[in-house]
Amino acid sequence: MLSSARVRAAALVLGSVFVLGACAVPAETAPTEDTTPAEVAAPEALPEPVADDYVILYSGRNESLVQPLIDVFTEQTGITVDIRYAGSSELAAQLLEEGADSPAAVFLSQDAGALGALSLEGLFAELPEDITDRVNPAFTSFDDSWVGVTGRARVVVYDSESVSEDELPASADEIVGPQWSGKVGIAPGNASFQSFVTAYRVIKGDSAADQWVAGLTINDPQIFDSNGAILEAVNDGTLPLGLINHYYWDRLASERGAENLRAKLHFTQAGDPASIVNVTGMGLLKAQSFDLDALELISFFVSDEGQQYFVDSTFEYPLVPGIEAPVGLPPLGDLAVADFDLSDLATLKETQDLLRKYGLIL
Amino acid sequence: MPTTTPTHAPARSARASAVSHPPAWLVTLAVLAVVTVSIPLVYLGVRASGVPSSAWGEIFLRPLVGELVWNTIGLSVAVSATAIAMGTLIATIVTRLRIGAARTWLLISALPLAVPSYLASYGWLVLVPGISGFVPSWALLSAVTIPYVTLPVAAALRGTSADGEAVARTLGLGPAQAFWRVTWPQVRPAAIAGGLLVFLYTLSDFGLVAMLRFQTLTWGVQQAYSASFDRSQAAVLAMLLVVIAVVVVAAERSARGSLRRTTAIHSTKEPLSPSARVLFSLIVALPPVVGVVVPLIGLGIRLGEATTLRTFDPENLLQATTTTIGVSLAAALVALLLALPLAALAARYQRTWISTLEGAGYLSNGLPGIVVGLSLVFFSLSVVPSLYQTVVVLVFAYAVLFMPKALGTARASIEGVPADLISVARTLGASRFEAWRRVTVPLALPGLGIGALLVAIATMKELPATLLLRPLGSSTLATELWSRTAAGEFGAAAPYAAVLVLIAAIPAMILSGVRSVAKEEM
Repeated sequence: MLSSARVRAAALVLGSVFVLGACAVPAETAPTEDTTPAEVAAPEALPEPVADDYVILYSGRNESLVQPLIDVFTEQTGITVDIRYAGSSELAAQLLEEGADSPAAVFLSQDAGALGALSLEGLFAELPEDITDRVNPAFTSFDDSWVGVTGRARVVVYDSESVSEDELPASADEIVGPQWSGKVGIAPGNASFQSFVTAYRVIKGDSAADQWVAGLTINDPQIFDSNGAILEAVNDGTLPLGLINHYYWDRLASERGAENLRAKLHFTQAGDPASIVNVTGMGLLKAQSFDLDALELISFFVSDEGQQYFVDSTFEYPLVPGIEAPVGLPPLGDLAVADFDLSDLATLKETQDLLRKYGLIL
Repeated sequence: MPTTTPTHAPARSARASAVSHPPAWLVTLAVLAVVTVSIPLVYLGVRASGVPSSAWGEIFLRPLVGELVWNTIGLSVAVSATAIAMGTLIATIVTRLRIGAARTWLLISALPLAVPSYLASYGWLVLVPGISGFVPSWALLSAVTIPYVTLPVAAALRGTSADGEAVARTLGLGPAQAFWRVTWPQVRPAAIAGGLLVFLYTLSDFGLVAMLRFQTLTWGVQQAYSASFDRSQAAVLAMLLVVIAVVVVAAERSARGSLRRTTAIHSTKEPLSPSARVLFSLIVALPPVVGVVVPLIGLGIRLGEATTLRTFDPENLLQATTTTIGVSLAAALVALLLALPLAALAARYQRTWISTLEGAGYLSNGLPGIVVGLSLVFFSLSVVPSLYQTVVVLVFAYAVLFMPKALGTARASIEGVPADLISVARTLGASRFEAWRRVTVPLALPGLGIGALLVAIATMKELPATLLLRPLGSSTLATELWSRTAAGEFGAAAPYAAVLVLIAAIPAMILSGVRSVAKEEM
C-alpha cells in the first residue's frame, strides 16, 4: 500500500514540477521591429507616441464576437493584439484595481456603465476627434473619454407558442399590468436593464419610474442573472415574456436555426423606454495613451469595415452614420434615445437606489 | 467561539503532550501559510474601509440583505447536512456491506467531484426546463459535493475496525444503533471536516445558484461588482460571507471531536439480502446519476440541437487541456506545501491559538472567486509586479483559493500516525527530522494525496480568478467553456465540457482508490 501510494505521489510531484516549467508562458513577447507609424494622429497632449506593432486589449465582449475582426485588423496592419477576455464588469473592476499599472492599452466594454466607472477614476485618455466625430453623438461619451462602437436595442422576448401577437405589450407600462403577473423575466442586476430604468426615469420622470418599479415588484417578476438565461427560459417555454437585448436572439438563432426557436422578439412602440438603445464602447487607457497602435485599433472598430462587421456578424446597430442597420430591425431613429449620458454613474446610482428600494438588487 | 478540548483523549494518536512546545520554525511556516491564504481577507478589509463605517449599517439593512443571508445560510446548512448524512451512509455501504464490486462503486461515487456545478445545473435545465429555487439548488449542490464526505469517510472506515460494531451487535444493539455508538465516533472527524468543505463550497458557489435562480449572498456580491462598479460596497457585502465562514469554522472545531483510532485487524462484511443489495446500490448510485449522468445527457441533447457549430479546433482543445492539467498539478503541489506546516502544527499540538490559526486558514475558501481574483491583482501588482498575469501568480492564486481543501485531510492523516511509532524511531536514534521523514511522511502520504487531488480537481473547474489572472493568450478548459456558453454556443461548448469532466474524473478515480489497496488485498 505504502509503496504504491508513494510512487503515485512522487509521480504527481515530478509531473507538476515539469509541467509548471513547461507552461511558464512568456509575459510579453512584443514584436519590436519598427514599421510604418500609425495613420491616426495622436492628441497633442501625448508624450512621444510610439508604434511597436503590439497592443493589449481587455475585451468584455465575447471572443467569438470579436476575434474575427481582430484577425482582420492584424492582417491589415501587422499589429499583434493580445486580448484578455472576461466579463465587462469584472474587467472594469480589474482595471480599477490595476490603475496606472495596467498592461492594457484599450478596454472594449459591453456597456457604457463600465466605461463611465473608469472615466470617473480618470483612467481614460481623451480620444482624438477623428475617432469620436465618426460616431453619432447620441451614442457616445459626452467628454470623448470613450467612443461608442455598436448599439443594441432593449426588446421584449416572448414565447410564440403561449403568447399571441395581439396580447403583446405596446409599452413598458403594459408590462406591469395584472395579465403579466408572474410571467415576466428580468435581470435587474444587468447593466442594460438598469439603463432601461434610467431611460424610464429620464423620459417619464422619477415618480412615474418609482410607480413603475413598484408595479413591477408587486407583479411577481421572475428574477434571472442574465439576458441569456431569460432567452433560454422563454425558448424552453417556461417563461412567457422577458426583457432582454435584441442581439441575444440572433446569436441563439445562428447556432440553432431561427426557424427552430419558439422565442420571438417584439419592439414596444416608437419612443417607449422599453426599446432604449444601449451601446458598447472602447476607451484608451491613459497610462498607455502614447501607444499609436492602440489608437489605430480603436479607429478600426469605428471604421466602415469594422462597423459593417458588427452589422453582419453580431446583428447590432452600427453607430457610424451611413452604415445600414441589420435587416429586420426597426430603424435606430424609431427607438427611444433619452437625452442622458449612459455612462453617468451618478444617474446610474439613482436608478440602483430605486431598484434597491424595492429589493430587486442588493 | 471557543474551541473545545475533546473529552475523550485519543487513544494512540500522536498528539504531543501539553508541556512540549511547538518548534519556532514550524510556527513561523504555519503563520506564513495563514497570512498567505488571508490575502483576500486583507484585501476585503482594505476595500471595505473605503466605505465610512456609518454607511455600513445602511448597507446591511437594505431590503434584500436579510433575505439573501437567510437563503445563503439555509442552503449551505441543508447542503452540508445532506452531504454529511449521505456521504457517511454511502461510505459505510461501500466499505462495510457486501454490495459487490465495492471498489467500482467507490470510484463511481467519486465522479460527481469532476462536474463543475454550473455545468450540472445547465444540463438539468436542458432536461427539465424551468426548475429554479431552493429545492433544485439544494439537490444538485448536494449531489456534486457528497464525495467531499464520502471519500474521507470511506478512507477512515477502512482504517478502522468493524470489530467494535460486531461486538456491539452481539451485545444486543441494532445495526443503526451499533453504527451510531461505535463507528460514527470514529468517522466523525472526517465527516465533519468534509462537511466544512461542502459548506464553504456552497457559500461561494455562484454558477449554479445563478442558473437555478436562487439568490444567495454570493450572487448579490457578484451583482454588486457587475452593476455598481463600487468595489468598496461589494467588499462590505462580502464581509457577511466572512462572518458566516467564521461561525461555521468555529462550529466545526467544536463538533469535530478528535480521532479515535483502532487498528483494523480484519473486517467482516455484512451479508445482504438481494432486495437490500438493490436498495443500497440505488442509494450509492443516486449522487452520480443526479450529478453526472443527467447533466451529461442534457449537454448531449444541446449538442444534438446545434445546427451550425463554430469550427471545432482540436489544437485549441489540446492546448487548453494541457494548460489545465499543468496548472492544476502545480496548484495541488503548492497548496499542499502551504497546508503542510499548518496541518502538522494542528495535528501535533493542542492549543487554542493553534486551533484558531488553523481555522483562519479556511476562511478565504468561502469567498466568491471574483474577490480572490481581484485580491491577487491587488497583491501581485503591489508586491511582485513583474509576475503579474504570469502562470506563477495564477498557480499561487489557486493555492490561496484551495489550500483549505488539502488542510483537513493533511491534518487528519498526520494526526493518525501513531505516536508509538515515532517514539520507537526516536529511541532507535533517529533525529526528529528523520523520524518525520521516515515515519510520519510515508504513513501520512495517502491522506496528503487526497488533499492534493481535491485541489487539482477544484483548480480544473475554477473560472473567475482564472479569467483575471491567466497569462495573455492562454486558456484553460473552464475559460474556453465559459467563452462558448457566454456566447450562447452550447453545442460548441460540449467538447470542452466533456474533456473537463473526463480529466477531472481521473484524480477523482485515483482518490477513490487511495488507502484502499492494502485492505483490498487482505
